[in-house]
Amino acid sequence: MSQLGSHPSDWTLAPAAPRRAVAEGALAEPRWVRFALTAIALAFLGLFLVLPLATVFAEAFSKGAGVYFAAITDPMALAAMRLTLLVAAISVPANAVFGVAAAWAIARFGFRGKALLITAIDLPFAVSPVVSGLIFVLLFGAQGLLGPWLREHDVRIIFAVPGIVLATTFITFPFVARELIPLMQEQGSEEEAAAISLGASGWQTFRRVTLPNVSLGLLHGVVLLNARAMGEFGAVSVVSGHIRGVTNTLPLHVEILYNEYQSAAAFAVASLLAMLALLTLVLKRSLEWRMGRAAHAA
Amino acid sequence: MTIEARGITKSFGSFPALRGVDLHVKEGELVALLGPSGSGKTTLLRVIAGLEFPDRGGVLFDGEDATERGARDRRVGFVFQHYALFRHMSVFENVAFGLRVRPRRARPGDAEIRERVSELLHLVQLGGMAERLPSQLSGGQRQRVALARALAVRPRVLLLDEPFGALDSRVRKELRRWLRQLHDELHITSVFVTHDQEEALELADRVVVMNRGAVEQIGTPEQVYHEPATRFVYEFMGDVNVFHERDRPGRASVYVRPHLLEIDRRPVAGATIRARVQRIHAAGPTVKVELLSERGELVQAEISQDRHRSLALIRDDEVYLRPKQRHVFEDDYSI
Repeated sequence: MSQLGSHPSDWTLAPAAPRRAVAEGALAEPRWVRFALTAIALAFLGLFLVLPLATVFAEAFSKGAGVYFAAITDPMALAAMRLTLLVAAISVPANAVFGVAAAWAIARFGFRGKALLITAIDLPFAVSPVVSGLIFVLLFGAQGLLGPWLREHDVRIIFAVPGIVLATTFITFPFVARELIPLMQEQGSEEEAAAISLGASGWQTFRRVTLPNVSLGLLHGVVLLNARAMGEFGAVSVVSGHIRGVTNTLPLHVEILYNEYQSAAAFAVASLLAMLALLTLVLKRSLEWRMGRAAHAA
Repeated sequence: MTIEARGITKSFGSFPALRGVDLHVKEGELVALLGPSGSGKTTLLRVIAGLEFPDRGGVLFDGEDATERGARDRRVGFVFQHYALFRHMSVFENVAFGLRVRPRRARPGDAEIRERVSELLHLVQLGGMAERLPSQLSGGQRQRVALARALAVRPRVLLLDEPFGALDSRVRKELRRWLRQLHDELHITSVFVTHDQEEALELADRVVVMNRGAVEQIGTPEQVYHEPATRFVYEFMGDVNVFHERDRPGRASVYVRPHLLEIDRRPVAGATIRARVQRIHAAGPTVKVELLSERGELVQAEISQDRHRSLALIRDDEVYLRPKQRHVFEDDYSI
């Protein structure tokens, strides 16, 4: 074997630092262009995100802290919170699993009906949320296709919690799948082929190679999924029946309060949703940071 | 372990990648699958590995039919062209992977894994790199990790898909030599794919020249280079001059290698071709001369520096070419 010491293929070392995303030198825009673009982006962000968010909290506290806390501890509001969390707890894991499975099948295999599956996944995006809710009413409602059968077996779907869960799950179908399909297609299947050639089973390959490679994309997809599951209004409104304390999610409860001219209370409950959203973002950021740290520590 | 491929036929849609290929690899041999892109060499390698399944034909390892078994059960070590290292795992974990995924009963303990991985990293001269990530390694280092990873499971057969294709030429040459030494040490039956004929000739015990899904010739590097079976093999294995002789019954093509053309200032007895010097490239180990024959054919000749000095050729000189060795292929069809 060759002598000890540097091996010729060590002569060129790949840089450990990531490539720079900022254009430099000849590719950089003149300073005023960069300034203007950044200013426009920030103004947009401020107008359509920061201002509304700040308004929600401002209006929530406009009648004082007492009204605020009364509104968010109201039993109806708490029931709505519990329902929202329940719906998210069911639809998020279900669609995450489905999304990963569908992305795996679509990105890695050719099979009959693949185009159909891809179209089906995009369907909830193409259809108006109200129509999505209507689909379920037409299927499971009292006058619906399966209505008589359900009544016979004393199963309530529409105007009950199962209907809300179904509608929300349908609406949030595409998020994880659409995030992962291009990612997995771009990553290619070579690492998986390598794992198989080394003796790994399908499950081992999935767990040790595929999943870690898409973990960041999956996380991002789940955050979007969660946000939509908690905040969905249109479809849930159609199937819910608005039965206070039973079939009201947080968004629906906000609407009811607002229609009853209890605007401060409405904003108070809305601030709950805003805080749930912010909490999700914080969780995502911390998970990303932990994953990034683990990769560098290795 | 011997490998036998019998009548392998495979198409991708309407594209025939392999058309009835037969191959027999002996125990401990290092065989090169050589050919241009689209010749089917990578497909054949993947069929042997179990990463693709043939439409017809079979693969046998030591006489045992392995055609139905997937890559997982064939115990082959595969090295990919672009390494396919697990990007989120350290070098150590990459190499240890094959050992870690063994079924519980057969799985070695942590200490044993650590020992084996260290041994392999040492073998590929990457001792201190165990904790690095693939993104922190150079191309040559990554390829060596890929090799260590494939060897970790003690495969019966080592398959390499253009292992040095993605590296620059200096690194490639060094790794080539190193791979040959490794093979001499380990004696694992190996098959590697390449489109570089120099690499095949330098590394392999036998070369399989492929073209458009079929085998053109199988032989030792000497056989394939000096006794090409078809004009494709001749043309692929090195530079070539083609002369068309019309004063024979039927048409034939005469193939002569540039370094087997003698240049003289006076016609010598035998078949000489008159030509005019167009360009001279004197920088390098030999002198390459471009000429235009009297029949209007472009000819490339290669002579030693000494010969060039004694001839003192310059542009537009009229010279006489005499082939020292020639291959004749009958034109039995016209394209």
